[in-house]
Amino acid sequence: MIDFRTHPGKYKHWRLGIDGRVATLTMDVQEDGGIDPGYELKLNSYDLGVDIELYDAVQRLRLEHPEVGAVILTSAKDRVFCAGANIRMLGLSSHGAKVNFCKFTNETRNGIEDATEHSDQKYICVINGTAAGGGYELALAADYIMLVDDGSSSVSLPELPLLAVLPGTGGLTRVVDKRLVRRDRADFFCTLVEGIKGKRAVDWNLVDEVVPRSSLEKVARERASEFAAQSKRPTGVKGIELTPLRRDIGEDGITYDNVTASLDRTMRAATITVNAPKEAPPGDPGAIHAQGAAFWPLAVARELDDLILHLRFNEPDLGTWILSTSGAPDMVAAADESLLANQDDWLVREITLYLKRTFKRIDVSSRSLVALIQPGSCFTGTLLELALAADRSYMLDGTFEGGNLPPAVVRPTGMNFGPLPMCNGLTRLHSRFLADPSHVETVKAESGNDLDAKAADALGLVTFTPDDIDWEDEVRIVIEERASFSPDALTGMEASLRFAGPETLETKIFGRLTAWQNWIFQRPNATGEEGALKLYGTGNQAKFDTKRV
Amino acid sequence: MSIDYNEKIPNNVDIAGDRKLRRALENWQPAYLKWWENLGPVESANYDVYLRTAISVDEGGWAHYGLLKMPEYRWGIFLAPPEPDRKIGFGIHKGEPVWTDLPGEYRAELRRLIVTQGDTEPASVEQQRRLGKICPSLYDLRNLYQVNVEEGRHLWAMVYLLHAYFGRDGREEADEMLLRHAGDPDKPRILQAFNEKTDDWLSFFMFTYFQDRDGKYQLAALAESGFDPLARSCRFMLTEEAHHMFVGETGIARIVQRTCEVMKEHDTDAVRPFGVIDLPTIQRFINFHYSICLDLFGQEKSTNAANYYSMGLKGRYQESKIDDDHVLSDSVYLVPEIQGDRVVGTEISALTAINERLRHDYAKDSDRGIQRFNKIIREHGVDFEFKLPNFAFNRGVGTFLGVEATPEGKLIGAEEWDRRRDEWLPPKADFDFVASLMQPVTEPGKMAGWIAPPKRGIHGQPLDFEYVRFH
Repeated sequence: MIDFRTHPGKYKHWRLGIDGRVATLTMDVQEDGGIDPGYELKLNSYDLGVDIELYDAVQRLRLEHPEVGAVILTSAKDRVFCAGANIRMLGLSSHGAKVNFCKFTNETRNGIEDATEHSDQKYICVINGTAAGGGYELALAADYIMLVDDGSSSVSLPELPLLAVLPGTGGLTRVVDKRLVRRDRADFFCTLVEGIKGKRAVDWNLVDEVVPRSSLEKVARERASEFAAQSKRPTGVKGIELTPLRRDIGEDGITYDNVTASLDRTMRAATITVNAPKEAPPGDPGAIHAQGAAFWPLAVARELDDLILHLRFNEPDLGTWILSTSGAPDMVAAADESLLANQDDWLVREITLYLKRTFKRIDVSSRSLVALIQPGSCFTGTLLELALAADRSYMLDGTFEGGNLPPAVVRPTGMNFGPLPMCNGLTRLHSRFLADPSHVETVKAESGNDLDAKAADALGLVTFTPDDIDWEDEVRIVIEERASFSPDALTGMEASLRFAGPETLETKIFGRLTAWQNWIFQRPNATGEEGALKLYGTGNQAKFDTKRV
Repeated sequence: MSIDYNEKIPNNVDIAGDRKLRRALENWQPAYLKWWENLGPVESANYDVYLRTAISVDEGGWAHYGLLKMPEYRWGIFLAPPEPDRKIGFGIHKGEPVWTDLPGEYRAELRRLIVTQGDTEPASVEQQRRLGKICPSLYDLRNLYQVNVEEGRHLWAMVYLLHAYFGRDGREEADEMLLRHAGDPDKPRILQAFNEKTDDWLSFFMFTYFQDRDGKYQLAALAESGFDPLARSCRFMLTEEAHHMFVGETGIARIVQRTCEVMKEHDTDAVRPFGVIDLPTIQRFINFHYSICLDLFGQEKSTNAANYYSMGLKGRYQESKIDDDHVLSDSVYLVPEIQGDRVVGTEISALTAINERLRHDYAKDSDRGIQRFNKIIREHGVDFEFKLPNFAFNRGVGTFLGVEATPEGKLIGAEEWDRRRDEWLPPKADFDFVASLMQPVTEPGKMAGWIAPPKRGIHGQPLDFEYVRFH
């Protein structure tokens, strides 16, 4: 089982050092420390295990280290920065494992950019040796790239010429869409195994600066100090501690403090339930800081995050995630109020951003998402996003016969109108009402109001509103039907429908990853018996089917 | 501008008739001469040196002797004559005609091979540039300079390939060869052994014995290449490399000879007071140079080496004399693996073990000279024997990176290594002692006291011939 929970004391592959306002994340991959057997992580190449640690470090830098305004990303290896994802590992992995791995690594790199953009924590990549493939893609996620000018260290994206696949962590998109490298130059660069170094790398904007080896460390520290000095992150305050997540995994269920999942292997479905806080979360920053990792919105973000990753990697057969909530809507509303009222507090802002990233993770999960809104639920504000993220939602109209709970309601709050955008840059509500964006204002006017099934339906917030007579069949049929469809086709359809509206760097990266890279990963030219990825490392040469598709 | 290129740059590649090459070399040659002036042998520009110059590839032309100033040395470009109908001898293209033009699909790999090889050539000139000031004799000084100009010519050979076949990229790489420098903290040479110091003549002879022998094996493997211009270049370079190893082997042999004479004369092992280098110190220098040269062959298991082989770009040593299928898709080769505190052999695909095989060939060849040194010791009735250290000793690349081992190959802990390192590798005191012996001897026919005279002079000249004239 793959476990995403870790902490710096357990890292095998990274070192996290903090010096005043500057943090240094040093990659020093342990060759025999692969998460699976069968490959050696030479030349700072990485696998999922390496990236799990990177993700953990990036998260801690944001929540545990408010003082850090700049992060230096570098390598401890001599003349090697990072050789990218380990090829032998990719060759041994199933298609599903590769796709999941790429998605997670992409999310981490997007998270790095999110830190730069929204948390004023800037990443400076100090490339002290060869940066190939995923190594350069990691650098591309940083805000500023420095390359050692030693006459041999280069940056490269050699995936196409070497392996007959594409860079899997947004490299192509970031080269033309973030670094704005001219397309003809990008074309040349992306077919060049040995990459580009020195002055030309700067001239083409593949890196921001080249620095002689002997002054690299010094210049990196100077740049980092400059960036840190410009950062608006607070100084003289303490971060919170991301204490170890409590989690129980049983045969049919997973339990956290605030989130549970029950697994139905026959129906190949997982029911994810988020519980409202029992008591209203504190409203003032001091008390929020004092609660730290126990503060409900943060705890939910962490638990959901871990659960999604766990289900993605360890439960690939569970193709449908049923999203549900439980508890008092007022408690969730109080939590939302606590977040919205304290947006100028660094921690509250970080927690909100973390919630945003977690919901984005749900959006890009290759699972059918069905929200069930029943009596006793609390699809309020932040948790209403679960229903809005779902491919379909069912809301019980009225109550169950014999039930003693009042009818289900949904309640919009300020959290639904800005703080939690999708990766297309729009709120889920905006994405939902592209035909009439002004309708979002109509919904906003209902902020704070409990909307019953009829009202929610009228506002277009839910898909269907069966009554208690129809409920059981309707719900059963959607889940059974979903289980009968081709999982591949469902993944493609869902991803196509979820992200209407404008393209962003993120939508392009995920869209192209799913469409192009995953297609190429499946093709014989890459992974057939004589495909380039399959044969890499054996010394045997690939044979290509030369027909263009 | 009318320049007689064939006069200025002796060649058999028709520089005069090739516009592209002329343009490239017109730019590169002044940079090269500048480099020679700045980083070549110190203060040597005005010396007349009795040098061998290759002016053609035929029998009478490749060894043309005469006194000349080094900056006026005619760094020529020679390819061994083409073999008619030569076929690729190994890999997936086995049996196909060799490439006389650059195969586009292997451009990157060939460029890397040529750049890596080319980078070592000027590196050694840089490493050895101060040795002229402390030469043990004019004979040795001339040999040093001969080695230097030929390393320069080998750089020319590789630069020619880059200019002739790799377009703008090739020209840039050729320029970079002159911008990286041995031991430069900002732009070091590509391979670590070529960034080490060579500040005394014992180190120089060790270098020409061990590092140049690595060169021989690399060149021999490239001489098998399906890219014919590379193969022909390297074949011609091998004729010169043989002389460098001759300098190394006879140099060490003469030191050993002198040491043994003094040991017998004074009936003692403690010969340092008599101004010669004791045998254990020589052994420590052997340990150092041999172990860092083993690193030059790369990882035991190497995808790059496998690719180069399959692509037909770099073969094994004397490929055509090996009795197998020359494709290697089904054969295996034994490489070392560390299990606990033991080193065991493990079989991997012979394709990915190409480096290890070449390292083995090199090791065998290195040992031959060591046995000749031992013969000299025995002839003097001295009870001492040189040994090459085990593959596990003092390694910075591959399986043995990060583990410590004795010269016999026993794995040991860091504590024992720290305690005993100076028994096995030259400590500063060894370098200081050797450096103390390095007093220049420049009178024709005279030798420094720590080295025996050679058996004969150069090209039939007497030993007291004035091989270098200082003016």
